[in-house]
Amino acid sequence: MNLSKKDEDSGDLGVFYHLDKTTVLQEARVFNETPIVPRKCRLLLTKIIYLLYLGEPMATTEATELFFSVTKLFQSKDIGLRQMVYLVIKELSTIAEDVIMVTSSLMKDMQPKSEVIYRANAIRALCKITDASMLPSVERFLKAAIVDKTPSISSAALVSSYHLFPTGKDVIKRWANEVNEAIISKPASLVGTASSYLTSFSSGGSSYNTPPSTSNITQYHALGLLYLIRQHDRMAVTKLIQQLAGSRSSFGSSNSVLRNSFAYCLLIRYAAKILDEDPNSRQQLYDLLEGWLRHKSDIVNFEAAKAICNIKDVTVKELYPAINVLQLFLSSPKFTLRFAAIRTLNKLAMNHPTAVQPCNLDMENLITDQNRSIATFAITTLLKTGNEASVDRLMKQISGFMSEISDEFKVIVVDAIRSLCLKFPSKQVVMLNFLSGVLRDEGGYEFKRAVVEAIFDLIKFIPESKEAALAHLCEFIEDCEFTKLSVRVLHLLGVEGPKTATPTKYIRYIYNRVILESAIVRAAAVSALAKFGVSAEDPEVKKSIKVLLTRCLDDNDDEVRDRAILYLKLLDDEERAEKYIKDDSTYSLSVLEKQLVQYVSNPEEYEKPFDLSSVPKITKAQAEAENLRPRGLDLGTTQTIGVSSSAIIGINNSTVVATSRDATPTPGSDQQQSYAQQLENILEIAAFGPVFKSSIKPIDLTESETEYAVSCIKHIFKEHIVFQFNINNTLSDQLLENLTIVMQPESDDGSLVEEFGIPAPKLPYDQPGTAYVAFRRINPEECTLGSFSNTLKFVVKDCDPSTGEHDEEGYEDEYMVEDVEIVTGDYILPTYLSDFQSSWDEIGEDGQVVEIFALTAAKSLKASCSTLIELLGMCPVENTETPQSTTVHTLLLSGTFLGGHKVLAKNRMTFAPSTGVTMELSVRSISEEISRTVIGAVV
Amino acid sequence: MGAYLSRILGRLWGEKEVRILILGLDGAGKTTILYRLQIGEVVTTIPTIGFNVETVTYRNIKFQVWDLGGQTSIRPYWRCYYANTDAVIYVVDSVDRDRLSTSREELHAMLEEDELRDSALLVFANKQDMVGAMSSAEVSDALGLGTLKNRQWSIFKTSAVKGDGLTEGLDWLVNIIQGSKQQQ
Repeated sequence: MNLSKKDEDSGDLGVFYHLDKTTVLQEARVFNETPIVPRKCRLLLTKIIYLLYLGEPMATTEATELFFSVTKLFQSKDIGLRQMVYLVIKELSTIAEDVIMVTSSLMKDMQPKSEVIYRANAIRALCKITDASMLPSVERFLKAAIVDKTPSISSAALVSSYHLFPTGKDVIKRWANEVNEAIISKPASLVGTASSYLTSFSSGGSSYNTPPSTSNITQYHALGLLYLIRQHDRMAVTKLIQQLAGSRSSFGSSNSVLRNSFAYCLLIRYAAKILDEDPNSRQQLYDLLEGWLRHKSDIVNFEAAKAICNIKDVTVKELYPAINVLQLFLSSPKFTLRFAAIRTLNKLAMNHPTAVQPCNLDMENLITDQNRSIATFAITTLLKTGNEASVDRLMKQISGFMSEISDEFKVIVVDAIRSLCLKFPSKQVVMLNFLSGVLRDEGGYEFKRAVVEAIFDLIKFIPESKEAALAHLCEFIEDCEFTKLSVRVLHLLGVEGPKTATPTKYIRYIYNRVILESAIVRAAAVSALAKFGVSAEDPEVKKSIKVLLTRCLDDNDDEVRDRAILYLKLLDDEERAEKYIKDDSTYSLSVLEKQLVQYVSNPEEYEKPFDLSSVPKITKAQAEAENLRPRGLDLGTTQTIGVSSSAIIGINNSTVVATSRDATPTPGSDQQQSYAQQLENILEIAAFGPVFKSSIKPIDLTESETEYAVSCIKHIFKEHIVFQFNINNTLSDQLLENLTIVMQPESDDGSLVEEFGIPAPKLPYDQPGTAYVAFRRINPEECTLGSFSNTLKFVVKDCDPSTGEHDEEGYEDEYMVEDVEIVTGDYILPTYLSDFQSSWDEIGEDGQVVEIFALTAAKSLKASCSTLIELLGMCPVENTETPQSTTVHTLLLSGTFLGGHKVLAKNRMTFAPSTGVTMELSVRSISEEISRTVIGAVV
Repeated sequence: MGAYLSRILGRLWGEKEVRILILGLDGAGKTTILYRLQIGEVVTTIPTIGFNVETVTYRNIKFQVWDLGGQTSIRPYWRCYYANTDAVIYVVDSVDRDRLSTSREELHAMLEEDELRDSALLVFANKQDMVGAMSSAEVSDALGLGTLKNRQWSIFKTSAVKGDGLTEGLDWLVNIIQGSKQQQ
């Protein structure tokens, strides 16, 4: 055997050099011969695998034929050959057909009585060729393998189950007990036979014993699977974390349950997730994380430190121990540790630069690190944490190595510079020079985009830099290979150019584009020109613009011509020009889309024109904020902007701030759309017409730890109210059927009439269901208020938690949940408004109602602001939801009342510790009656 | 060439591995027969999805026995294993009268395959321990064995659970194989 190994080694590359698929497949015929020669076949299988790994395409028929030849090799008992057979089967399983033909053979190999070396590999191969329908027939064996004392077998079964989980959820969920046992079981005694996953080829005959594994990696695999099974049950995950973390005193000691570092890392990630979702668990989980910072393994320390750094609104005190650990890592001899630590600190420095400052000295040393990635992170972190004096020196160092790093890292550097500019506006000249310098360098789209956006930010937030920055951008579009960027720059020139001292300077650059560029850029240039025409003071400029636009009428592209015609017309009509060219607001696109679809799909509505006024208008700034939201995970971008806006508050208290992210979008308008979609699918409810308003957050009607978790969402229609109940059955031994909600109005004055209820037909364990109750409001004009007591009625069928099978017969049961209330705020739709004062004046004092309230119990202005917003269900505008002062504040609110009437509220409030909050609430609307109803919400 | 030489030598010393297929409808008892022959015990079986392959030594001859699953979905793959087969053991459930015609069709379709032209056929009328089992003559008739031409065949009454009839069948096979060796 040893001899044979030597042979293979010497011919190592020679054999695999210039392999040809056709030849190899021809040779594969030897698999069909008897008797087979294991050594020859094994080499051939290796060649096949090598080809597959190289990405050699293989047709289904070829693969199937090959697969059947390979199955013949099961006649040989040679261990090395069998292992290669397993590997080839796994590779072919996705290409060949009918791979289930080896099921029996693999199942035999995974039996306890077969050789250990076969078992783990057979399990892994089996999971590749099997599917959900086959799972029940192998369930018994897999369950036994999970709790096997041999780590390789247990791991193989766990990992296989993990991969099968998406298709075989129901079956695998029943294995939780076995998986748990695999986590807590002690490692197999060292005397017993154990084996690694794949022994070397030299192992033959009887010499397959390998040293027992001491990594305890099984725990990692088991924990991963157990989490997959329980991930939707937060209570269970919390329990799991507590159980495995052990008591605090036992850290690092040998009696803690987990012995594998990776398993700890997983546990830390799960803990971090819970901590993120459930604020109540924060202290307890933080203590655990903090404890893990002192674990004996580096990787666990790092994972815990990272988790702490990623906690939302983490405090400096909480960060302190984590940063200490990362600081130590910065001077570690291992590249990986240094890299991991500096990367985490870099991210942290975006929001907590002062917390990272203590590491500055260590980071300075890393600038010269031979690993360029580490150096990049070090320098960009320093830019964030450093002071003004160090900027020049750092900038010089960066320019030195910009050419040495990849685009990806260049983007990181540019982002760092971008936030630095906003932090130290006095340094803008240096930075702008740097940015325009790199803009001239070679680079891909992402990199160029980052630079251009950084310059955009400069223009937005640092007025002094505007002229120079615009000049750089003009130069950039002269020779820009990215259409998208050219268009964006042209748009910005159109917006900012007319406001500068010498607008004509830019017109030349823009018109050059009309002559030289592609149609898309030409169209953008035409739009930019038109903006100059409208905004410019000088009649000469206007005249020139007209001449230029007239020339564009000869363009060979439709879009360019159309735009030119439109703008030429508009230039003569000042009123319209104001409306179409200068207007800064846009429509909420998601709502607009939906309403248009509704309009088009309903022929009856063709009678009248589409009603655009029902589509909420939002400002550009808000649309931007809305666009940013989905990218919330992309911390780099959003946070830079977050920093930029908050940084600017300190430096430059201009109105520009309001246009940044602080403009709160209409709360959850997307959420509203998704509810509306759900309701539309229910015929009875769809008949009620469009939803006026759905309550934003579901109201919990039960404590989080009760048998059934119930929450309610109120949907207000023109004449109806629909209560949507989301119910989750958390009892694994029960199946609920035909669940209805009985809603009893508190005062039965007949203003609400129950129309119908839609039951939830079936509620198995942990699969949320929905039931509805619909009421008709007798007086649709009025906003009917009231409170309901709610009772769930259902049929319980006991079932076996492990198999999910349930009894035939059930019994009826009831369950009381908390009351639901309809408040005035439910009838008011929050609508965003860009200019409060003009709308306020427009409505006038006719329908105004003013009242004064003294809230003696209120603790602060901030708290009463949020209470008021919630009560009235209106949208705070002009950033007034967060008081800047602790004593005096004016809160501005805007909303749409039932029937589509605009409602505005101005709330002037003062705070003194002795008297609490005193507020004067003025509400204006079309009629006094409505205003009074709205104010009534507060009383 | 070397392999061929060793095969010739192997034959001279009686060491040649004889390749045998066990075929038949599902539930006929193929897997039970295989392990009865190999380890002499009755094992609990589940429907074979695919195949089992074992080496059985009998009267100093090594048999490489392939037991292929009999379910309808697996029968089409039998032909992938026909090559180089010395003999086919065809197992019939002697109690299952309803499906004898199916069994007959499968048998004849199989025997028409070119690759099995020279293979001997040994039929086991299995499950003789059960009440209402047909005799070997009845089974032979139902399968139409009499119509076979140019084929060495035989039928035996067996009970895999009790172990009856299996060795007799193998003895017949050994004789046939040794006979063909002498011819060569």
